Amino acid sequence: MKAIVTVTGKDKQGIIAKVSSFLASKGANIEDISQTVMGEYFAMIMMVEVVGSDGDLAALAKECSEMGKTIGMDIHMQHEDIFKAMHNV
Amino acid sequence: MFTNFEILETINMVEKEHLDIRTITMGLSLLSCVRDSAEATATAVYDLVCKRAENIVKTADELSGEYGIPIVNKRISVTPVSLITAAFPEKSGLVGKALDDAAERLGIDFLGGYSALVHKSTADYERKFIQTIPEVLATTKRLCSSVNVGSTKSGINMEAVRLMGETFKEAARLTADSDGMGAAKLVAFCNAVEDNPFMAGAFHGVGEADVVVNVGVSGPGVVKCALEKIPDANLTDAAEMIKRTAFKITRAGQLVAKEAAKRLGAEFGIVDLSLAPTPAVGDSVAAILEELGIETVGGHGTTAALAMLNDAVKKGGVMASSKVGGLSGAFIPVSEDIGMIRAAEKGAITLDKLEAMTCVCSVGLDMIAVPGDTPATTIAAIIADEAAIGMINQKTTAVRIIPAPGKKVGDEVNFGGLLGRAPVMPVHSCDSSKLINRGGSIPAPIHSFKN
Repeated sequence: MKAIVTVTGKDKQGIIAKVSSFLASKGANIEDISQTVMGEYFAMIMMVEVVGSDGDLAALAKECSEMGKTIGMDIHMQHEDIFKAMHNV
Repeated sequence: MFTNFEILETINMVEKEHLDIRTITMGLSLLSCVRDSAEATATAVYDLVCKRAENIVKTADELSGEYGIPIVNKRISVTPVSLITAAFPEKSGLVGKALDDAAERLGIDFLGGYSALVHKSTADYERKFIQTIPEVLATTKRLCSSVNVGSTKSGINMEAVRLMGETFKEAARLTADSDGMGAAKLVAFCNAVEDNPFMAGAFHGVGEADVVVNVGVSGPGVVKCALEKIPDANLTDAAEMIKRTAFKITRAGQLVAKEAAKRLGAEFGIVDLSLAPTPAVGDSVAAILEELGIETVGGHGTTAALAMLNDAVKKGGVMASSKVGGLSGAFIPVSEDIGMIRAAEKGAITLDKLEAMTCVCSVGLDMIAVPGDTPATTIAAIIADEAAIGMINQKTTAVRIIPAPGKKVGDEVNFGGLLGRAPVMPVHSCDSSKLINRGGSIPAPIHSFKN
């Protein structure tokens, strides 16, 4: 299934490296990525393919959020369907 | 697909604007649990609820984790209990206790359906059932009760209205040590709906499937934040903004409802398009009305603003969901909305203004504390007024009123949690007892004859 990962927070060195290697270690494949820095604010949005079944994504999302805390960033991982539902008619 | 802006907008709605799925409510039919004794029926009810709903909390937590949207409440509604205890109505409390025990075991906060439908008249077993309500509410924690006393099709059963006035008083009296909490779990309805996911008035109608999942969305904070972005817009544009926001909120609800139903092996029932406030700051319906331009909710213009809000929420929501139902509208509970609490404390909002507001929104006089010495007939008269609004306007209206034992105007009741706190509000002191004690019924209005 596909999930959207967003990473936001104060810009610093090595964010992309840390997040992408974390995702790789969890078997998530990054399919699309866009990233920008506005002033001191870092924002990255990725689409990733996650292998697994229902329930696995919730656990991985929690791990992502906890990993984010260790590098001082807000990380969210959400099933792509929530964005499809809310923004596509 | 979607843009970065849209992705960040969704995250913002959850993180900063209190977007959530207010409740996933599983409706369960108890008709198969009828046995030849109250004890055996209670056992069958306990077993059925525990088995059918065993995964409700786990599934909701999983969905919440996957979609990144909090699912605040997991609840259950059941067939009106009076129907399954008709052979032994005095012992209905045993079934009530079994339901409360099941709710506790499943880890859910409320279970609704200790209910009776007496909109046309009160059968003997229903009268006896209603008499058990105060005691049952006082001895259970999670069980909610409701009674339908009228409908557009059948008129208002004034005997039931009188009985409910007494029931509210007694429910509050028996729970005096918790400010009359028993009455906060009790609702008197006119035109009750069979698929309402919200408490305390949820029950599972007999026209429903065996197991159904109904979802209530929320998000007053999201609507307010959207309006803050267009502070000088005219009301046409404001209505459009509310509509668009309601669409997005409801789409999230529809997605969760369908997926929850699939995983729980239930039928997808409905999405209830309601704006339900909580006592948290930033999650208030009153704040939306104030954002629209009323200094304090309750001021002149409140009813107009609420009418627009309610209509726009429905228009946005209806397109977003394949099945809409429940109560669908803006809720205005006093104790559960920080803006309402403040307005009531200032005396800006009164019972009369709230009654006017219920003409244009769902659902009714909700979570209102009144002095403990308010006569039962006055409470019954308040219920009658509200039922009349529902009957004539072909909409659901409800009363959830707490005659707070030992409290007077200016005191406060505090239920904690989602039920919040409320200042005790004044009621008219003139006597309505003759009207209430006349009995009989108010006949169905002429416009109900459509066949």
